[in-house]
Amino acid sequence: MATATEQQQGAGVHLLTGSEVMAHVCRLADVDVITAYPIRPYDTVMQYVSKFIAEGDFDADYIPAESEHGQFEIVKHASACGARVFTGSSGVGWLYAMEPLAVTAGLRLPMVALVGCRALDDPGAFGTEHNDAMLVRDLGWMINFPDTAQEVVELGLLSYRVAEDPRVYLPCAIAMDGAFLTHSQATVRLPGQEEVNAFLPPYDRGDLLLHPDNPITIAPQANEDWLMEVRRQSSEAAKNSYGVLKEAHADFCKTFGVDTDPFLDEYMTEDADVVLCGMGTLSLPVKVAIREMRKEGKKVGMVRLKWFRPFPTEELRASLSRFKAVGVIDRDYSFGSPYHGGIVFNEVKAAMYGADKVPHMKGFVCGLGGREVLLEDVKQMADKVISMGQNDAADNDVDWIGVRD
Amino acid sequence: MAETSEYNIGTQELPLMGKVNAIPEKAVEEYFTSGHRTCQGCESALIMRLMAKAAGPRSIILGSTGCMYVANTTYYSTPWVVPWMHTQLGSSGSAATGTAAALRALMRKGKMKEEPINVIAFCGDGGGIDMGVSSISAALMHAKYNLAIICYDNESYANTDIQISGASPWGANTTFTPPGKKFRIMHDCWKKNIAAMYAVGHTRCNYVATADASYPADLIDKVRKALAVKGPAFVHTLDPCPKGWDYDPFYSHKLGELAVETGLFPLWEMTDGALTYTGISARQVYGKRGRKPVREYLETQGRFHHFEEEDYEYFQSEVDKMWDDWMVPGVIPFKVNNPSKK
Repeated sequence: MATATEQQQGAGVHLLTGSEVMAHVCRLADVDVITAYPIRPYDTVMQYVSKFIAEGDFDADYIPAESEHGQFEIVKHASACGARVFTGSSGVGWLYAMEPLAVTAGLRLPMVALVGCRALDDPGAFGTEHNDAMLVRDLGWMINFPDTAQEVVELGLLSYRVAEDPRVYLPCAIAMDGAFLTHSQATVRLPGQEEVNAFLPPYDRGDLLLHPDNPITIAPQANEDWLMEVRRQSSEAAKNSYGVLKEAHADFCKTFGVDTDPFLDEYMTEDADVVLCGMGTLSLPVKVAIREMRKEGKKVGMVRLKWFRPFPTEELRASLSRFKAVGVIDRDYSFGSPYHGGIVFNEVKAAMYGADKVPHMKGFVCGLGGREVLLEDVKQMADKVISMGQNDAADNDVDWIGVRD
Repeated sequence: MAETSEYNIGTQELPLMGKVNAIPEKAVEEYFTSGHRTCQGCESALIMRLMAKAAGPRSIILGSTGCMYVANTTYYSTPWVVPWMHTQLGSSGSAATGTAAALRALMRKGKMKEEPINVIAFCGDGGGIDMGVSSISAALMHAKYNLAIICYDNESYANTDIQISGASPWGANTTFTPPGKKFRIMHDCWKKNIAAMYAVGHTRCNYVATADASYPADLIDKVRKALAVKGPAFVHTLDPCPKGWDYDPFYSHKLGELAVETGLFPLWEMTDGALTYTGISARQVYGKRGRKPVREYLETQGRFHHFEEEDYEYFQSEVDKMWDDWMVPGVIPFKVNNPSKK
């Protein structure tokens, strides 16, 4: 018999926030162990998860932990014992868990975590910035940045499928823009349980399972004698994640009857002279501004990165090489980095180095601390990129947009 | 679906030793064997061996960073016969909780064969008395998880070169608290009363004990009781450390005895809220046996060689207070100011 939640929110179209969709993904994925610790804005997901459990719509061991460190360590160990796990955090809470975050990747455990992206203290701020999620980018974590509640279904289910693939066995962060996605409702088509079961096989830890039937020693001490080989294996796993993701994404499209690109969301790029490139929910104002600029005859498009790890180097090179100029928008900062640009700007430039045709590139920092990215901000950025393309000259300056002088 | 708050597969039945000569009869198998690289005379390694022996083959052991990880569990020479996993310095409580939660969830949901599996997380004094207090405290709150946390306390960060911890005794010479011309006593804190602190603060935790490898049958039985009780349990062991305490490894067993005989480290267990003194400590608390002067214990160790007469006297006076002034001798350090009038 269908439970209340299934009757109200089973397969079909519903009005849901990003956090709420994530809770449904956990329920549909039949997650076994979940830990919670309060910090805004990620924590709404746990309000939905705990309610599902309380109502009997979802069976999981749910533990409100004593800190983010404990929160991530608990699910790390549960994952080693063969449990499918979910947890999450935001901002400095995510950093309080930095030790478990590092060892989870080192242990090759397929933890899936929600980052409700939030500015790092100090000063204390609730608004979105991507620096929290980005801090694990070098450790073996996969990271995706959904831009809509609907995309949380795709990236949420793919996170489990790819993380738990034995060719990968790496943790995955779903980085949602705080408030703009975690707390904003949109219409979402939720899949049915049978489709999800067809797409997502049970988590099988194989001969790495920690159980008395398989008495292994996990993570014994190793130094210069073996650590480099361990790191190399993690690097190979991260390389594998790219192909596994492509394969899983094709299967996702087939199973759920959708047609999306695995790595890039391109908008009005067919005839575009220039594009803006970025991640997350800023795609909304960018896309609206592009529609308005198109009326003025400006051939602007957008290329949005869905995954930052694995980084789709080949796809991005092929895509951006088609344009005269590219503006990379960062909702993050990397103080003291080349040209004082953001993390995405530097990464995109590194990816484009050596491509047959390299567009002129310019970096923008905007929307920090959750500041709204306005249509005029987008138009200002687009105009700068258009003139860079017309002048056919590099402009390495990184501009801060929507900031007081 | 079972009520998530009620499902509990139960615990293993583990016979108690009672006496030391019962060990070869009742628990001859070893689950912590060759391969470890601990120092000669290391009592913590002995704790590991007796703990694994007590737990038996259907166990999962989690080990925090510390001596018993770095010196004890090296790639290609693991001494563990039972499944073992490293956990971070401050997360023995979280490791035990996560492991127990996974077993519980997977068994309840039919994804794993139902059977009681022992879950033990161990930590040193750094992990159990300093950094890991918050995670252990949280673990001891969950009555639904069957787990035991064992703190092997060698009274310093011994693996990293003997630095002071919250478990180091007053006045001890450590590499962070060396005696000098201006300050003879650089460590002026009293050792944290950790087992009692966990026992008093966690009313859903039904078993807390102190133990010492010099009394192996008592230790094995306390580990077995910690595993047999439903819910979380905590055991604190005091482990003489030749390197950190600066004495000849020959005296490890003797120092373990002296710590109890002097009254410095009383042996006790708390079961379902009831306190029982064990071994020599039981005879001491009822006045059937005296306490040796603590000086006998201190003088054997190089870490106290800078002590002068007043230091010995102060140390003894503090131990005396534990037995003469505390509401529960050697365990609970309160006095009642307004006792009820009879």
